[in-house]
Amino acid sequence: MLSNAGANSAGAARFKLGTWGWVAVFVLAALVPLFGPSGYLLDIGVNIMIYAMLAYGMNVLLGYTGQLPLAHAGFFGIGAYTVGILTLKAGWSFWLAWPVAVALCAVLGLLLGLVAFRTKGDAFSIFTLGVGVIIMLVINKWDALTGGNEGLNGINPPAGLEALSKGVGLKLSAGFYYLALIALILTVLAVARARGSVFGRSLIAIRGGEDLARSAGIDVFTHKLRAMMLSTAIAGFAGGVYAVYVGFLGSASAGPAMTFTVLLYLLAGGLGTLAGPLIGPALLYTLTQSLKGLQDYQYIVFGPLLVLLIMFAPQGLAGLWMKAQARRELAAVTGKKGAERA
Amino acid sequence: MLDSSVGTGSNSVGTELLRVEGLGIRFGGLHAVKDVTATIPAGQITAIIGPNGAGKSTFFNLISGFYKPTTGRIIFGGEDITRLKTHEVVASGMARTFQTTTIYKELSVLENAMIGHRVRTRAGLLDALLRTGRERKDEQESRDAALTALTRVGIAAHAGRPAGAMTQEGQKRVGIAMALASNPKLLLLDEPAAGMNPEETVSLMALIRELVAGGLTVTLVEHKMSLVMSLADHILVLHHGQKISEGVPAQVSRDPAVIEAYLGSHAHGGQMGQATVAATGEAPHA
Repeated sequence: MLSNAGANSAGAARFKLGTWGWVAVFVLAALVPLFGPSGYLLDIGVNIMIYAMLAYGMNVLLGYTGQLPLAHAGFFGIGAYTVGILTLKAGWSFWLAWPVAVALCAVLGLLLGLVAFRTKGDAFSIFTLGVGVIIMLVINKWDALTGGNEGLNGINPPAGLEALSKGVGLKLSAGFYYLALIALILTVLAVARARGSVFGRSLIAIRGGEDLARSAGIDVFTHKLRAMMLSTAIAGFAGGVYAVYVGFLGSASAGPAMTFTVLLYLLAGGLGTLAGPLIGPALLYTLTQSLKGLQDYQYIVFGPLLVLLIMFAPQGLAGLWMKAQARRELAAVTGKKGAERA
Repeated sequence: MLDSSVGTGSNSVGTELLRVEGLGIRFGGLHAVKDVTATIPAGQITAIIGPNGAGKSTFFNLISGFYKPTTGRIIFGGEDITRLKTHEVVASGMARTFQTTTIYKELSVLENAMIGHRVRTRAGLLDALLRTGRERKDEQESRDAALTALTRVGIAAHAGRPAGAMTQEGQKRVGIAMALASNPKLLLLDEPAAGMNPEETVSLMALIRELVAGGLTVTLVEHKMSLVMSLADHILVLHHGQKISEGVPAQVSRDPAVIEAYLGSHAHGGQMGQATVAATGEAPHA
């Protein structure tokens, strides 16, 4: 995927280990439907993967570029509604509507970025929060196009997905699971490639200090715009899967509450890491689902757990692991130094 | 006026590389830099000096495109770069370091230098996603350019270390390597010796001389007068945002306006006492 060969062979070795780790995770995930799990388990899996994709999209801007975008769910909604509207009202195939939705989100992300990146820091976040609210309101009020309050009902599964699933002896729910898994793999691959590239290194430079990046010769504005496009395109990509999976769309899924849920998952998983956007949704979504039985009291459990997480793992769960690894490496280095001195 | 010999890599020593004409910037009512006209000759070390608050750093920020001047023009290598954005100024062949050790401390030394080469590469998001030939070529080229820059400043052996784990002097060198990785014709150093002990300062001076011997033009802002007087070929003195003197060290240090500026500010700060001694006493021996 990306070679780290050269001066840092330890880094390269670690990266290869990372690559095999990912292969193992995805192979295991791909085996799940073969054991005939309940529909409920598969549903949790699909939801986790959709949230993970959203978190990966947000991570591109927040984790790598250092910009907190709060219109993220708006693009999720735009992606979902684009697929919903094109398949329901224009009779398009999902396989055509999906890439169109992704492209539309990228273009709208570019337009938002052109305006929003004139602001920085908190102002950027607040501005995009406003845009997120507006997107939700437009979806909610534009009855003729989006169905307004009633929402969009009866979005069909992708053409051929059911036949394909049945063909290999699986249920449609397993078919959706694989659709989401493939989409997630593509997302992780895209984000890993972007992060490991010349482009991605420039994003990290911007996160580390905009003025320094500018002085180092990086075109900060253009790089932020591209990061925004990748981020919103991934949100739209996730939205497309969501639309056909649930078959019903309401404007709430495009609102700030959704954005903040994704943000929470991302923070818990680990900002700026490749594993964090998957770990966060996997743990927290499962947790919220298993606490559902407590109904109104679920937040009494959820809240303190979150506080503990922030207290003991402010860098997220992936960050916790990386910190432990860094400590081991440091111990190895200082140990060597001590030996040299002795 | 339009010196066409400038602009390619090989500048003969002494020809004009950068010229500012009537350069000025106002922050509200304050004229931080006012009507400065000066030249920076190619292949030499130019020092910008002046008492605290003389506008040295502001002047630096102006020529490096970080601030946009309210008046005047900046001509670099025969081209007007006054209105260029900061990264475009870097692309035109001018790179800078910062007063403090402003580098990416959490990234490796190599990555810091690779970031400095970004301005010479074109691979974008699509190249990254599709892993095009351009992406691979640019990545390799960045790595090579970064290693070359690290070798030039003598820290190639530390390429894999986190930059923050380097010594103060090492971090300065990382900053210089980051600037060098953009293949500049002109290198701007903002107080390179700040926070250095005398030994480190000496080794840094040696590095700067080496770079200039290799054909680079260096301009620096510096407080340490001993360093300036023994290092600079050409000195530009700013006071209250205006140029009060320009020339070779021996000439500048005898300029009554310079002595007056430093003596005048002597009462306000201890550090300038040193400067006065240096400017008046040491210079004849330099």
